[in-house]
Amino acid sequence: MLDAYTITILSLMGIWSIVALGLNVITGYAGQFNLGIGVYMGTGAYTTAMLTTAAGFSFWEALPLAVAAAALMGFITGLPALRVREDSLAVLTIGMVFVFESLLVYLPYFGGPLGIGRIARVSFGGDAVGKEGYLLIILAALALTIAATLYLKRAWIGLAWESVRENELATSVIGIHPARFKLYAFTIGAAFAGLGGVLYAHFTRYVTPYDFGFLPSIYVLAMVVLGGLGTIRGAVFGACFLTLLPELFRFVQDYRNLIYGMALVLLMLYEPRGLLGDGSFVWRHAKAAATRLRALLWHGRQYAANP
Amino acid sequence: MLQTRNLTRRFAGLTAVGGVDLDVAAGEIFGVIGPNGAGKTTFFNLLSGVFPCTAGEILFKGQPIHRLPPHRIARLGIGRTFQIVRPFGDLSVIENVLAGLGARFCTGVLPALGSHHRKRHRDAARALLARTALAPYEAEIARNLPLGLLRRLEIARALGLQPDLLLLDESFSGLSHKEAASLVELVRELRRDGMTILLIEHNMQITMQLCDRLAVLDRGEKIAEGTPEEIRRNKRVIEAYLGQEAHA
Repeated sequence: MLDAYTITILSLMGIWSIVALGLNVITGYAGQFNLGIGVYMGTGAYTTAMLTTAAGFSFWEALPLAVAAAALMGFITGLPALRVREDSLAVLTIGMVFVFESLLVYLPYFGGPLGIGRIARVSFGGDAVGKEGYLLIILAALALTIAATLYLKRAWIGLAWESVRENELATSVIGIHPARFKLYAFTIGAAFAGLGGVLYAHFTRYVTPYDFGFLPSIYVLAMVVLGGLGTIRGAVFGACFLTLLPELFRFVQDYRNLIYGMALVLLMLYEPRGLLGDGSFVWRHAKAAATRLRALLWHGRQYAANP
Repeated sequence: MLQTRNLTRRFAGLTAVGGVDLDVAAGEIFGVIGPNGAGKTTFFNLLSGVFPCTAGEILFKGQPIHRLPPHRIARLGIGRTFQIVRPFGDLSVIENVLAGLGARFCTGVLPALGSHHRKRHRDAARALLARTALAPYEAEIARNLPLGLLRRLEIARALGLQPDLLLLDESFSGLSHKEAASLVELVRELRRDGMTILLIEHNMQITMQLCDRLAVLDRGEKIAEGTPEEIRRNKRVIEAYLGQEAHA
């Protein structure tokens, strides 16, 4: 049906979208800088890698444990993060991702710089799932993540996050404890990033510490900001776009990173809210077009009813 | 309702609030006045737990609250507004008020995961908007509102706590004559419903007509306390604050 290359790209788009949605909870919803999302993605990936290769767990058994481990990591890293904010928080999270990467490299349990290989293919009902089947699993996980984050935004917790992001002092004097909701954001966002990490580990079937280091963390932040911070469409679009971009510019080989970087610079210069953020050019026009289209359909229907 | 005993706050050598004793009775509209830099806003920040006090104590309904963080104090029933308004700018007016209802509807993890789009929550928020005459602006983004409406929005948000004591930090400043008059009416209504109100105000006319009692702060110390009439005649107050022309 689809060729292997397309399936690979689509799978990676789905995985990075899930991770970006996790970061969107922490940075977009709750407004807490995090330049170390790789910590949570890596926790999920390494937990499933170790459980499935060394402890004989299946993918489905390891999945909830790995997501829980990532959530726990979010909670733990959230605790020191409560004491700082904004730029100091950004630096603190950078520090965390370096510590995490180093621990994976130097502690004896995680396979050192070579990481963990031979991670099992996912099987479903006794049969190994092929690449297409795995893509479906990724897309199902993405759908679940989108539904969950959509719901969170409509819940009290989402409103509390927005309050914290807007003004912590005003939030505290209306009886909402900002620190508590920041911790929730770290924990829940980390769980989604961990889910992305699990899917990543069983996709590449080989994980190294560098897959979850500083640079990948920054890429995820770029995805979220480029698409439109705080919006689900933005996180998904940004993840897909930045996964696709290097592929589109494959023909220029050596200049791929140059074009990638230039795209980021230009987009942020001319669309600082992100391509699809609230109030961005594209989103404003898309909304206006939708309104006009609705009006047109409505008039058309009226016209058809009594010409 | 509210008592402070020797309430003191020092900032690196500067005494912003020094040994203030205050007794606010339930159902009172109590005004705190004083020249700029007298420590009025610091006093409010101590009451609402924004800063810890250096010495002294605060009793609210007989319970000491001076060691509590702001959200705990809020939940005990003290709402406040800010001199420099702090709305949730990116949220709509009704969402601002809903956030204020948060402490009532989302205590604990599970309730926090419940939707705030339920009808009973919206109705509660709409009732507060109607009360503060903000109903027509329900869907506006708070950032786009003029100051007069933002001041009312902060009150509406604070009312979500169903506070027993409401602290108004210069809620009348920057308002037009008409806006101020309608706010005076609102404050009187709130008191009729049993709320105690403590307010900081610069506009003497409003303070004198609205407050049952006043305390005057000067350089962090309380120099006088009494009814508006007593304050108007108090020599120390006239020297420190009102100036000779107010006496005449």
